[in-house]
Amino acid sequence: MKYLGIDIVKPRLAVFDFTGCEGCELQLVNKEETLVDFLSLFEVVNFREASSDKSDAYDIALIEGCISRQDEVERLKAIRGRVKILVALGSCACCGGVNHLKNGFPIEDVVRQVYGDRKIETEKVRSLKEVVQVDLEIPGCPVSKAEVERIVIALVTGAEIRMPKYPVCVECRQQLNTCLFDFGEICLGPITLAGCGAVCPSGKVGCRGCRGPADDANYESFIDVVVDKGFTEAEIRKKIEFFNAFEGPAKDTIASLIQKRIKTFNAFSGVRA
Amino acid sequence: MIYKVITKSEFRKFVSGLIRENQTIGPKLVDSDREGNPIYQFKEVNSFDEMDLDYTQADYSIKNFYLPFREELSRFDYSNSDWEQNIEYHVHPRVIVGVRACDINALTKLDKIFMKGNFPSPHYIARRKNTFLIGMDHEPLDDCFCKSLNQDVVRHGFNLYCTDIGKSYYLTINSSKAFNFLRNVKTSDPGKEDDRKYIERRKYLKKKFRTHVEVTGLPALMDIEFQSDVWKKWGDKCLNCGSCAMVCPTCYCHGVEENIEVNLKRSRKERVQYSCSIVDFAEVAGGHNFRPLKEDRLKYRFYHHYRGFAENADEQICVGCNRCGRACLAGINPRDVINDLRMESEE
Ligand code: SF4
Ligand code: SF4
Ligand code: SF4
Ligand code: SF4
Repeated sequence: MKYLGIDIVKPRLAVFDFTGCEGCELQLVNKEETLVDFLSLFEVVNFREASSDKSDAYDIALIEGCISRQDEVERLKAIRGRVKILVALGSCACCGGVNHLKNGFPIEDVVRQVYGDRKIETEKVRSLKEVVQVDLEIPGCPVSKAEVERIVIALVTGAEIRMPKYPVCVECRQQLNTCLFDFGEICLGPITLAGCGAVCPSGKVGCRGCRGPADDANYESFIDVVVDKGFTEAEIRKKIEFFNAFEGPAKDTIASLIQKRIKTFNAFSGVRA
Repeated sequence: MIYKVITKSEFRKFVSGLIRENQTIGPKLVDSDREGNPIYQFKEVNSFDEMDLDYTQADYSIKNFYLPFREELSRFDYSNSDWEQNIEYHVHPRVIVGVRACDINALTKLDKIFMKGNFPSPHYIARRKNTFLIGMDHEPLDDCFCKSLNQDVVRHGFNLYCTDIGKSYYLTINSSKAFNFLRNVKTSDPGKEDDRKYIERRKYLKKKFRTHVEVTGLPALMDIEFQSDVWKKWGDKCLNCGSCAMVCPTCYCHGVEENIEVNLKRSRKERVQYSCSIVDFAEVAGGHNFRPLKEDRLKYRFYHHYRGFAENADEQICVGCNRCGRACLAGINPRDVINDLRMESEE
């Protein structure tokens, strides 16, 4: 394989799944028009959905899913020990994703709800970076194949990996969409990192922020906007907490902003009424 | 400039003919918002009736038909031992109908950069030359302020402009192409009565503006107010979401990307629409960002619109359509920001 006349060494690639729906892995084998070329960029040595090879010698590992059991912790650590570049693939791997919703309830209740009286080993979910060092995160629920292609091309050609820093609105407007707020919907586009091509708003579904925060996201102004538009605390939280993509300090900032703004808003409405 | 009068039914025939022969883009009703207000967009149409020439506002301008949000500038082929560059700018002739004065003036401003500037764009020129543009007057909306910027009247930049004088349109013909096309339908030379109606209509429209933004001396004012707190006030609200720039008919700032195809045998150089209000617009190699603050990013968009360009080409690039103001979730609009600056300097 050559690029600009220079021979390129194909990296050995492995793909592993942990707690997740395998949707991101499926994305890797989607987009048939470039699939053969995509798979030729590396040597697949371990990828349940695409090959029967099972090797432990690989350079790059794409890891889907979050960590919700002790044996997963061990498995992940073993992979980390073997690999040069460990990539968190998709929102579950990056921040817990939808699975993270269960962390809001006592574990016993969660198990009982799903499995009844059966004994099931499960813990509160953790993202990969809460367990091992992660070299690169590709967010998205599911990941965008086009973005994965761009990143993999950069990896094999040694180019800089570029990802957008701006919010989803930029891509949404470029699709000539009518803003969902005009339809009375709430959308996290203004604070969420672009790169998905604004698929959700283009399908008239408000962004739930699966890609996590945009650079220098303006939470203060965004919360002002949604509170002024009359959305309730519950409605805002439901959107923001869905993927746990606004984790860490962002989560606390947003929570206190909602509190503060809802209070002043109510105080003012009281005066008005 | 040549003037003619055409009845509305004859105009319909004329445009229907154009639609039959060419790709035609016109204002279309696409949806309605939560309050039931109509949402219009410029889209391809296949018949006269698909258009609504009395459309109120179109959230997006026609800019993207000339400057697509993403366009290929050139393509590189590495399949042999050497490489080859290909640049393509073929555009099929097309027609755009129902364009308002401000949007035509916006194109004239873009012409100064992409046709007459130091680095003309063959892609832009191809699109501009191959588009037959029919303009049309309209009653200003509540928030239109193009008159404040002298952009409510068009003198050039179109092929044909229609002024509504009741049962007919008073046509301003601005190209030989338009003149020749019109030979196929019935038009007449304007009579005294037509002239009177035309002047009446122009006067009537002038009086209909409800929003005025005082822009005299604005470039100087902006120089004085460079450090003003006003920028922080509005900058704190700005989501840096870029919506204003994407809907603006004149925002043309862009980035250039090189994208390698998956087979590693080709790559494309692409122009991508960007905006000074976007977080990494002023980021350079090594990661240094010249405009790390929201207020700076917002400020530079206003400077480009009301001051920077004014110095370069002796005019402002804003045409006063207020699309940016309508699109901004944070309630930022040129009228309020400019008024704030004025108050600041008058205090
Ligand atoms: S729909 Fe969402 S992403 Fe699109 S412009 Fe509106 S807020 Fe931004
Ligand atoms: S629009 Fe939002 S929720 Fe949808 S894919 Fe993009 S980032 Fe995720
Ligand atoms: S001014 Fe408004 S529309 Fe423009 S970037 Fe800021 S928040 Fe977005
Ligand atoms: S009013 Fe706003 S959208 Fe319209 S031309 Fe001026 S800056 Fe652009």
